[in-house]
Amino acid sequence: MDLIWLIPVLPGIGAALNGLVGVRYFDKRTAAYVACGTMAASLLLSLVAFAQLLGLPGDERFHQVTVAEWIPPIPLETAGGIGSFEVPWAFTLDPLSGMMILVVTGIGLLIHVYSVAYMDHEPRPAYARFFCYLNLFCFFMLLLVLGSTFLVMFVGWEGVGLCSYLLIGFWYHKQSASDAGKKAFIVNRIGDWGFILGIFLVFFTFGTLDFHAVAELAAEMPVEAAGMGVLSLICLLLFVGAIGKSAQIPLYVWLPDAMEGPTPVSALIHAATMVTAGVYMVGRNAVLFSHAPMVMEIVAIIGLATAIMAATIGLVQTDIKRVLAYSTVSQLGYMFLATGVGAFAAGAFHLMTHAFFKALLFLGSGSVIHAMNEEQDMRRMGGLKQYMPVTYATMGIGALAIAGVPLLSGFFSKDEILYRTFLHNRLFWMLAVVAAGMTAFYMFRLIFMTFYQEYRGPAWEGGHGDHGEHHEDDGGDHAWHGPHESPRLMTVPLIVLAVGAVLAGYVGVPAALGGSNAIEHFLEPSFVAHAGEGAHGEAAHLSHLAELGLMAISVLIAGLGIFLAYRNYIQRPETADEWAERYAGPHRVLTNKYYVDELYDATFVRGTMVGARGLWGFDGGVVDGAVNGTGWTTVASSRISHVLDKHVVDGLVNLVGWVCQEGSYGFRRVQTGLIQNYAFATLVGVFAFVTWFLVGR
Amino acid sequence: MLEITPLHYTALSAALFIIGVIGVLVRRNIIIIFMSIELILNAVNINLVALSSQLQNLVGQVFVVFVIAVAAAEAAVGLGIIIAFYRNKETVNIDEMSLMRW
Repeated sequence: MDLIWLIPVLPGIGAALNGLVGVRYFDKRTAAYVACGTMAASLLLSLVAFAQLLGLPGDERFHQVTVAEWIPPIPLETAGGIGSFEVPWAFTLDPLSGMMILVVTGIGLLIHVYSVAYMDHEPRPAYARFFCYLNLFCFFMLLLVLGSTFLVMFVGWEGVGLCSYLLIGFWYHKQSASDAGKKAFIVNRIGDWGFILGIFLVFFTFGTLDFHAVAELAAEMPVEAAGMGVLSLICLLLFVGAIGKSAQIPLYVWLPDAMEGPTPVSALIHAATMVTAGVYMVGRNAVLFSHAPMVMEIVAIIGLATAIMAATIGLVQTDIKRVLAYSTVSQLGYMFLATGVGAFAAGAFHLMTHAFFKALLFLGSGSVIHAMNEEQDMRRMGGLKQYMPVTYATMGIGALAIAGVPLLSGFFSKDEILYRTFLHNRLFWMLAVVAAGMTAFYMFRLIFMTFYQEYRGPAWEGGHGDHGEHHEDDGGDHAWHGPHESPRLMTVPLIVLAVGAVLAGYVGVPAALGGSNAIEHFLEPSFVAHAGEGAHGEAAHLSHLAELGLMAISVLIAGLGIFLAYRNYIQRPETADEWAERYAGPHRVLTNKYYVDELYDATFVRGTMVGARGLWGFDGGVVDGAVNGTGWTTVASSRISHVLDKHVVDGLVNLVGWVCQEGSYGFRRVQTGLIQNYAFATLVGVFAFVTWFLVGR
Repeated sequence: MLEITPLHYTALSAALFIIGVIGVLVRRNIIIIFMSIELILNAVNINLVALSSQLQNLVGQVFVVFVIAVAAAEAAVGLGIIIAFYRNKETVNIDEMSLMRW
């Protein structure tokens, strides 16, 4: 367990190898082996560490390893006098981070393997570059998860943001991809601003940045039941960071655009791991948050609003990856709803199950896109069931899981959230159930449009020309022979993930169904200051019968969603268009994603541009004006100086010269060259002297 | 008969000197100028001799011998220069000696 620091370092080594050496020298096989090998080793270590963690008694499952000193002690002012600012490279293994490292390394490895085949048509340097970024991402993500202080987490936090930017813009020659990368990075910056302010305030308040120490100190403080205290402010700032990273209202706009990146990236970063960092961070600071009930309420409301809003947008999207992106946003909203109502364990549980089925769905969509020769529009797919049975089956399982069909993982985690929400606030519960219904609808809409109906995509060489309209597609440089099942390297991760999507829920079977909710008891120590202390806030409890009733309702709603999708897209495919016509107004609003992008464009982007233009004008007019004015003044004064120089100074000099010259003209006449004149002058002189000598004296 | 007094000698000497000077200043022929210089020298000699006998001091007469010797040397050198000049310019006009004029 003391080797947990190796878990992030191993992928880091892989990234360094591929990045520094691989881009130049590795062939594709080596690059893939390096990347997958380091991930596999990391997964192995994680499994061992996790097994050791399980071996400990429940209240001792906390292990901290300090590897090296990072920032030596610096005296800094805090609320309680001068504190010592000190940050070691320390890693913590506890139930929450243990679960997260398993998710990150496990799903990370599967996606690495999948990418080996998916990215195969990339040229060699890009291939190594891709795996370098992917490994680097895992390095930072594991750093984020395992870091035992806010600052180490922040390093990982920024690192995954960087990798997200690099990977979204992986096909940087595509304008939209590089724009999406920039958008993701800049929007995340806003969240990071809140996060780091929160970190400052944490240090100022507690004098330490260690999660555990902060939790213990915070536990001593009174709960800020009314009004905003310092704890509420900290939580609010931290939550701003979580909003940015986990794509919640109002900062969710970057995630759908992030789908410009390669599909394995969307699966790993924008579904399974990075975007859940916000949820993880809130869970990590559960003690802080539970002392700020008002902020908790805000978290729940924002989570709920995001869940509903994203689900409604997902209803009408036609790009297969964008549907999944909005679904991710919506599910993240669920997780925040869970943490907001105090069910941190339920949020973390949903995080884990979601990681499985959303990664599965994304990889499945990648498989479809691969098969359809980079086509992403679901309106041009259809009938793929017969061509790619494995992808169809696994994606079907994923869709069933996310829709909350009983006995699959999503059912357990989502119902746990719904149940806890019901205990907290019935209105929230109703809205969340509606969102769950929409989830079921859009997921099955995706499945039906992609795999059922008849084939609507482009024709391909060698037959099937009678399917759909003829479409000249020469996008790829290799001949395309119609939709086909993906290679085994891609289907095996799909199958593994499908198994996970089915089974992951069984660690958290609720008591009402005869289970023991093992994951909640397992995770509970991570959310309280002192291990062994019971979870507080377990005030209300419903009878098992009522709980079962709630489950029945949500299952019913999910079934209704699936049925509607079936009716609209299989029984009577024309219904969808009829509905779109009948509710043209709402439909237009939804297809345009509530015009949020346009709104941001008109306000923030335009505002920034106008501001920048104003500043530019100020720069050009005033600053440059001042500079140019100074220059002009210098020129003018030098011109005056020039005139003075030329006419006064030079005039004086020339005058001297002129006087000398003119004088010399006069004197020249004296020098006649006639000896007799000289002799005469001498004589006159002699006479003068003699006369003066004789007479004058 | 009028006795010859030092004043007479001095007057003669002064007359000779002035004639010599005027000759040097006015004449253009270099030979004449040369001869005028000799006149000046001899005017000095007369003066020296006269005052020597008047003052009963032989130093003046010794000086005259020196002057005559210098004059002889001068005549030799000067005539040499004049002959050289004449060979170059084929004239003895002093206004032609203008090589060092500006």
